[in-house]
Amino acid sequence: MSRRVAITGNEAAAEAMRQINPDVVAAYPITPATEIVQIFADFVANGDVDTEFVAVESEHSAMSATIGASAAGARAMTATASQGLALMWEMLYIAAGLRLPIVAPIVNRALSAPINIHCDHSDTMGARDSGWIQIYSEDAQEAYDNIIQAVRIAEHPDIKLPCMVTMDGFIVSHGMGNAELLDDDVVQKFIGEYKPEHYLLDVDNPITVGALDFSDWYFEHRRQLADAHTRVKDVVLQIAKEFKEISGREYKLFDAYRLDDAEVAIVVINSAAGTAKTVVDQLREKGLKVGLLKIRLFRPFPYEEISEALAGVKAVAVLDRADSLSLMGGPLYIDLRAAMYDAPGPRVKMVNYIYGLGGRDINMEQIAGVYDDLFEIAKTGEIKQAVTYLGVRE
Amino acid sequence: MAELLEIRWHGRGGQGAKTAALLLGEAVSASGKYIQAFPEYGPERMGAPVLAFNRISEEPIRLHCQVLNPAIVVVLDATLLEATDVTAGVPEDGLYIINTNLSPEEMREQLGITGGKVYTLDATQIAIDTIGRDIPNTPMMGALIRTTGLLTIDEFVSNTRERLEAKFRPDIVEKNIQAIERAYQEVQGEE
Repeated sequence: MSRRVAITGNEAAAEAMRQINPDVVAAYPITPATEIVQIFADFVANGDVDTEFVAVESEHSAMSATIGASAAGARAMTATASQGLALMWEMLYIAAGLRLPIVAPIVNRALSAPINIHCDHSDTMGARDSGWIQIYSEDAQEAYDNIIQAVRIAEHPDIKLPCMVTMDGFIVSHGMGNAELLDDDVVQKFIGEYKPEHYLLDVDNPITVGALDFSDWYFEHRRQLADAHTRVKDVVLQIAKEFKEISGREYKLFDAYRLDDAEVAIVVINSAAGTAKTVVDQLREKGLKVGLLKIRLFRPFPYEEISEALAGVKAVAVLDRADSLSLMGGPLYIDLRAAMYDAPGPRVKMVNYIYGLGGRDINMEQIAGVYDDLFEIAKTGEIKQAVTYLGVRE
Repeated sequence: MAELLEIRWHGRGGQGAKTAALLLGEAVSASGKYIQAFPEYGPERMGAPVLAFNRISEEPIRLHCQVLNPAIVVVLDATLLEATDVTAGVPEDGLYIINTNLSPEEMREQLGITGGKVYTLDATQIAIDTIGRDIPNTPMMGALIRTTGLLTIDEFVSNTRERLEAKFRPDIVEKNIQAIERAYQEVQGEE
């Protein structure tokens, strides 16, 4: 029997971690992810989990200790946000390069300077090339579901990659909403026992971890990392199918919302997708053929499936809650344009809106305005401005 | 999405505006409805103006933007009326519940509105009498339940009792429940 609760994103993430009951959690608190660590530390103190909790002195150490535990053969997790993720930077690449199936909830927050504690996606977008799988979540329910699925995805024998599951800082992490939580034994049965193939504490089969790897083999190992990523999509879909059996909730590589017959569409990540879906419903009631595509799996990027889903659309607006400073738009837009380059049929017109940096609100009126722009582009075939900063004082 | 009810709580840091929004959210959620409850996070200091919000609907709520046009406004501290415009964005038929010892008619004049409904409650006095401290959030919740009929008082009290019991000593819980029940009786509407 699942439980219907009113819960914040951070509470949901901590609850998922309690049910996963990892062997080791090493973490350092940072706003807005602090509560995940704080609540989980309570679970440890109260004996609700068997986890060895390692209180460290920085996020760099948090990721280092998590890597050590994972290499030793433990199911290991951490959680962080923003500057904390930035401080983990060099260790993120090591976790991926060592093929360690660490799962980490990340609460999206802007990067300094200027200092800001609120939501944007600069932190995880900065980690997009690190070799971690990235799964994004619209609300507390998705964050909870994705964290549980991430354990299976990361540990899958065909994959063995670390996986970060993100949610929007404050908007979701501190906002209470409804969610259905699974029973502890259902989650335990779903994730199963972790049986690492190679690990340091397997004294009968000694291995070296983190060896020097020069021009003789480094390239092959990095090539294997890319090869593992090619298998992620299938595993994500397989795990989603199994997850539906225990939860009734359906997940795919992305969420195509009223997209089938859409003339224009918005592509967006995380909580703004919820607001945009509400706008889609309102515009559909007026007879306007609008749709939405919400990214779930961002790394690896399911470019073939996404370009196929958008192929019939006349104009697409990509909403980025991060800037790349390439001056060609945000990171999602750049990837999506590349994906659409080889899409079948006539070239889809694409524009980019960079919004919501540092927690700036994006409301329904602004999103409706983006759809207006798209209809104009679809009608005239003309793009007046490819990259727009939405909701900023110029 | 047709019937989406939005509530804005005005308080000062330490008065429990966020807690009130969360407790209300949990109680309404337990009745089977869909809810959101969230504060506006600024620089948090004791005494600084703070906002918290609720959304309530029969349907799942997907909106993740700010609440700009709340139909219900709850003010935990009447001195905020001098510092902020609590009527901002509120529709003509909005409902106000203000913690004050003034009458609803006097408060309407101070708010400078002609439509809607104005209710007042001396939540500070109730809090001091029952809880022993000026924490007006629980009595204001009692007033909200009375004036909106979102839940029956019994539903609300039993759910909130459960939430409070998880965090507070039994005597503190009882005092808060007393505050809610007294507020439910004492909230005043216009003649």
